[in-house]
Amino acid sequence: MEKVIAFPLMGNYFLPCNYLFSKLCNAKILVPPKITSKTVELGGKYSPEFICTPFKYTLGTYIECLENNANILIQMGGGCRYGYYFELQEKILKDLGYNFKYYNLVSKGNTDLKLIYKILKEINPKLNIIKALYFSFITIKMVNYMDDIDDYIRLNAPYQKNVGLLENINKEMLEEFRNVKSFYKLRKSYRKCKRKIKNIELKDKNKKIKIGIIGELYTLMEPFANNNIEKILKDSGVSVKRFTNVTYLLFEKGKKSKKYLKNLKNIKYKMGADAMDNIYYTKYLIDHNYDGIIHMKSSFCTPEIGNMGIISKMCEEKNMPVMFLTMDLNTSNVGFETRIEAFLDMIEMRKKNE
Amino acid sequence: MNKCYLGVDIGSISTKGVIIDENYNILKSNYIWTKASPIDAVKELINTLSIPDGYKLSGIGTTGSARKLIGLMLGANVVKNEIICHATGTLNFYPDCKTILEIGGQDSKIIILNNGIITDYAMNTLCAAGTGAFLSSQSKRIGVDISDFGSLALKSTNPVKIAARCTVFAESDLIHKAQLGYKKEDIVAGLCKSVVLNYLNNLAKGKKLKEPIVFQGGVSKNVGVVKYFNEVLNTKVIVDPNSHLMGAIGVAILSALDNSDSKFNLNINDIKFETKGYECKGCSNNCEVIRIIKNDKLIDSFGNKCEKGSVNN
Repeated sequence: MEKVIAFPLMGNYFLPCNYLFSKLCNAKILVPPKITSKTVELGGKYSPEFICTPFKYTLGTYIECLENNANILIQMGGGCRYGYYFELQEKILKDLGYNFKYYNLVSKGNTDLKLIYKILKEINPKLNIIKALYFSFITIKMVNYMDDIDDYIRLNAPYQKNVGLLENINKEMLEEFRNVKSFYKLRKSYRKCKRKIKNIELKDKNKKIKIGIIGELYTLMEPFANNNIEKILKDSGVSVKRFTNVTYLLFEKGKKSKKYLKNLKNIKYKMGADAMDNIYYTKYLIDHNYDGIIHMKSSFCTPEIGNMGIISKMCEEKNMPVMFLTMDLNTSNVGFETRIEAFLDMIEMRKKNE
Repeated sequence: MNKCYLGVDIGSISTKGVIIDENYNILKSNYIWTKASPIDAVKELINTLSIPDGYKLSGIGTTGSARKLIGLMLGANVVKNEIICHATGTLNFYPDCKTILEIGGQDSKIIILNNGIITDYAMNTLCAAGTGAFLSSQSKRIGVDISDFGSLALKSTNPVKIAARCTVFAESDLIHKAQLGYKKEDIVAGLCKSVVLNYLNNLAKGKKLKEPIVFQGGVSKNVGVVKYFNEVLNTKVIVDPNSHLMGAIGVAILSALDNSDSKFNLNINDIKFETKGYECKGCSNNCEVIRIIKNDKLIDSFGNKCEKGSVNN
């Protein structure tokens, strides 16, 4: 039987996933269809009622992939309840009568390269370790480069004189990444992109609103799960700072979160997932004179519920506007847009009267 | 010729319109039911609100849940969300106001102000708990007209306790209490009180309500609810005679501040407006796209998640 590998979607990260598996696994890769209301409906139908929303999204994607003849599924989750998704989803999908193999690349919330190698070896017994290391290195670098460019665009997109220039350059780079042959080529197209975006003229930065978005990782990184908040903010001319990305979660969190914990005098524990990190980000945003904070989470996200009280207290003390949004399977975004619009108007009023 | 400005607030239940002059005095106003068809409601509203002699219409603003649609239809120069409009309208009458409580048909809001600046706000999140829609659906169940609700509630000396927080529980509480034989006025008073408690538990949680407090929106016309707000907050909330029009006044002021040069006219009777909803089959999102057709010409569409459902396609 032909091996067909599938993985869940999260923003643009399907690109590096696709790259890694296609180089190393000697199997067909099924890039999952974009998340749509149908995906969400499917996921919601077979999920436990009080599970957090990313579970429903990923389960829906898996079902759609299995329907398209995928037989090897990859999950990459850990840290909070995400760590149990693997077992539960496997059971639900097996009960639905699908036949497949299911692997979790993250064990106990940590990125374990040995484990990843073992899994890849199982999928492709002919795997050469040198080749595996080389392409993993390229993939990691690809993620780093993507995140670096994304951060820059989020912060600066509203200042560009002609709308869409930065985004087009980014698209070009991603297109080149798709079939990159060597690390040298990857770095070359990244540097080219970086040079191009630095050359784009930017307007006066002082007049625009600066906002930080924090919260639960999946909701922040998958546009369908957050009602495309980054696009809404960008179109309203808001410069956005987002801390959470895959580079941070997989490669930097271990070190940095210890530093964050030291910096927070009143917090003694990590509180699971990114709860403590988000408290640190709140402090960062307040200290760096941002204009507002939007905290997003999927419903039933326990770590983020835990930090909401602390964040709202911190913001109240420093007179920082903050808005808490909870996302679930709702697909209408009229009320959502009203709330964001009002939040931005409020910030603008405050800014004018400073 | 003096300038005047039109503000229209199209809510889920009622449609409000005002015409103000340059000094923000109300020249004309009207309040009608939306009856789930905002276009017809606005046509009716505009027919009753003619521009007074000696005035020239220099701005149109729309707010409320149908603001986008009606904004297009009237050619408005300002289309703003309800929060900003309510705050602007209220500050015009009560410049030192610190807290605005607003209960409308499907939305309820709380707005905290400091020196005339919005510093915090909250809107009800998921359900209809503590909104006008809950009161009006229960008034039908009890068989009391919604306009008599408040005065009946005032007669009660012993309001029944009804679960505040969730309308589903409130409703089952209400049915049980009615079956136990409580008087109608006690039940009505209990309902009014539950709206107040519901509102304060859901929206005002963790916020300091500083005086002066202004209460507005359609439900502020209900004297029963006003009484229980006074009782629970242990203060006297201000209810303006025009409290139901605040949003419309606010957006009219904003359209005046916008200083637009475009020409406005209200001859919308001859113009044929149509909205067509259809399910876009471009992808499996199946977006419900609303297309707005003015005199058989497609002018805008919304509801689409991607380019496939936009006007150009």
